[in-house]
Amino acid sequence: MKKWIALLLAAMLCVMACAALADDLKVGVILVGDETEGYTLAHMNGIKAAAAQVGLDESQIVWKYKIPEDQTCSDNAYDLVGQGCNLIISNSYGHQTFMRDVAEEIPEVTFVAMTGDFAAISGLDNLKNAFTKIYEARYVSGVVAGMKVAELLETGELSPEKQPTSFDADGNVKIGYVGAYDYAEVVSGYTAFFLGVRSIVPNVVMEVNYTNSWFDIDKEAAAAEALISKGCVIIGQHADSTGAPAATQKLLDAGNVCYSVGYNIDMLPTAPTAALTSPTNEWQVFYAELFTAMMNGEEIPADWAKGYDAGAVAITELGSSCAAGTAEKVAEVEAAIHDGTLKVFDTATFTVDGQTVTSAPCDMTFMDWATMTAIYEGETVEAIADGAFNESVFRSAPYFALRIDGITEIK
Amino acid sequence: MSDKPHALHEPLIRVVRRSECSAKLKVAVRLAAIVLALVVDALFIYFVTGLNPLAVYTTMFRGTFSTAMRFSWAMRDLASLLLIGVALAPAFKMRFWNTGAEGQVLMGALATAAVMIYGGSALPAPLLYAAMLAAALFAGALWGFIPAWFKARFSTNETLFTLMMNYVAIQLVACCVNIWRGQASGLGKLNSRTKAGWFPKVFDMRFGINLIVVVLLVVLVYCYLRYSKQGYEISVVGESENTARYAGINVGRVIIRTMILSGALCGLTGFLIVGGRDQTISTGTAGGNGFTAIIVAWLAKFNTFTMALISFLLIFLEKGAAEIASAYNLNDFASDIIAGIILFFILGSEFFVNYRPIFRKSHKEVR
Repeated sequence: MKKWIALLLAAMLCVMACAALADDLKVGVILVGDETEGYTLAHMNGIKAAAAQVGLDESQIVWKYKIPEDQTCSDNAYDLVGQGCNLIISNSYGHQTFMRDVAEEIPEVTFVAMTGDFAAISGLDNLKNAFTKIYEARYVSGVVAGMKVAELLETGELSPEKQPTSFDADGNVKIGYVGAYDYAEVVSGYTAFFLGVRSIVPNVVMEVNYTNSWFDIDKEAAAAEALISKGCVIIGQHADSTGAPAATQKLLDAGNVCYSVGYNIDMLPTAPTAALTSPTNEWQVFYAELFTAMMNGEEIPADWAKGYDAGAVAITELGSSCAAGTAEKVAEVEAAIHDGTLKVFDTATFTVDGQTVTSAPCDMTFMDWATMTAIYEGETVEAIADGAFNESVFRSAPYFALRIDGITEIK
Repeated sequence: MSDKPHALHEPLIRVVRRSECSAKLKVAVRLAAIVLALVVDALFIYFVTGLNPLAVYTTMFRGTFSTAMRFSWAMRDLASLLLIGVALAPAFKMRFWNTGAEGQVLMGALATAAVMIYGGSALPAPLLYAAMLAAALFAGALWGFIPAWFKARFSTNETLFTLMMNYVAIQLVACCVNIWRGQASGLGKLNSRTKAGWFPKVFDMRFGINLIVVVLLVVLVYCYLRYSKQGYEISVVGESENTARYAGINVGRVIIRTMILSGALCGLTGFLIVGGRDQTISTGTAGGNGFTAIIVAWLAKFNTFTMALISFLLIFLEKGAAEIASAYNLNDFASDIIAGIILFFILGSEFFVNYRPIFRKSHKEVR
């Protein structure tokens, strides 16, 4: 009898030990918004899908919503550690420094600051960054927009006679872009978008309007309206709300020629006839890799960046207003990016101050701009190689900050 | 005239001001309000969210009390709110409706941050702290002085004036942050490498000094208002400016002096928040506490000890609501409603402390 009990106990221990592998992982998630905001929703969906994929139970994830980029972020990270989380994810750039503070204090817990930029040079083994190569999808969304502009010109729907404000003095077609902040992540994105458009329609110029906020429906709408009133026929965006697509739809309905390319989420419910598509991050790809590595006790890269090669970026469903043949063209461009034959920042496709760029030293140092001192020293790398600017290679967070010809920033 | 139409006109409930309210009754009314709030909340929780109300209440409690760390954060956030409440007390007692605490705190914080940035590497530590404090006191006092001077000189409306000054301060902060953030999308912690200007840890907490200061100020401001000559002048001006003038009090001077004090204390709060709590600045540094503190000061009838209790209650509700949202995966609007209902009943109970409802009596009784 005793033997049986011992055996039974031993068997139970075995089962518990095996189950412990998946059970051990407890994930804390710090979100800058909640499900009402496209950017955060995309992260939430990605985490849920990845959890389902690797067999992580809902009860193993603790969510913290609407956490501002301040001390509150540190508080919540500590709190999640207290609740037994051994992996803590934050989804906004500004969370990074506050995650760092906690990571320094608690080395046995892994902290992932999504879209952050200094994990690799911080000297902290338990702090990680990850970002998708979203610029690839932005390029593709630019191609979609370019196809639309080409169609508008061909059918004569857009001509200097009909909408003279849409052409500059040299006869270039004007397009616009609503950007959040004037720094590398946004510059990289709008340049990729612009090059995508220009790969279809060579004679375009673009104006970028900044809102100085990641999420502000009213400001984004106002920026889009200002651009359209100047004659811009396409409004791209790197900001998180539906403000710009909604404004574009309103002005399209009022008789302007203008279409929208969104971000993060499908904008068709907001702008049924104005929205063409949106570049989007497939966060699930990263989160699944992260959870698997954590469960198997494998090393996680300090800097994770993948794009079409891993299915980590995509564009959303094409709107009904897209030009004929767009889907085929998109498939062709996506395949070319995937197999490496098409490089988004090919130096043959753009100039800076009229010159082809042959050298672009990028300093990876994390700066304290207020006092102009380095917080973490990083190397200066040469980003131009093999006739292209190598984005998201030396670091996951974008560092393309060249201001190329054809794009004007309004500050 | 018969009695009948008169009886018809008598309303079902009349409200009469209580001449006095015994301490026992006050406690009873407030307890009843909390019980009622919990009952109404239970109905909301059960029927809208489908959760067990008792479990939710336990969770709410855990927001502040489950770990020592959470309790210390609650104390830290209480300190920020209470400091502003205490800062408002002198002005409010004078019936000067200072709605500009948010801006006065921000100006103090902005001055502190500027000194940290531009003096962080130049000044030795003691001098740096002194400069941060002096700059914060001055900036806060200035933001209090301006509306007070206009009020004393031109009788401008102080409620609107101080309110407007908030927006000026917010824009100034936004502008400076935009300059200081450089090529990054946000301003991280100030002097994160040198930690210059960060408060030393007291009781193993960076915000330890904040807790000490708030305890001191609660006592000091209480004594100032209650026992000092200036405190007496403040209450006389608050009761009636004419009486004050008749008694030989220079009303304009008292207004300006009191607002400089109120603003400087707000500035001090900004200094403590930046140095002790955040080590950075944003337009959200005051976090709306400048407005919440008005509720605190008003409910406490400008008694700083009562303010401590009310601040604690507000922080407890806020932490509890956040914990409910996280633990049950609720949208935080739902958890805010739960906390809001409790607050509503507590505010409502003040009415029943001051007034007494009288129900229409039946005719037989009247005769």
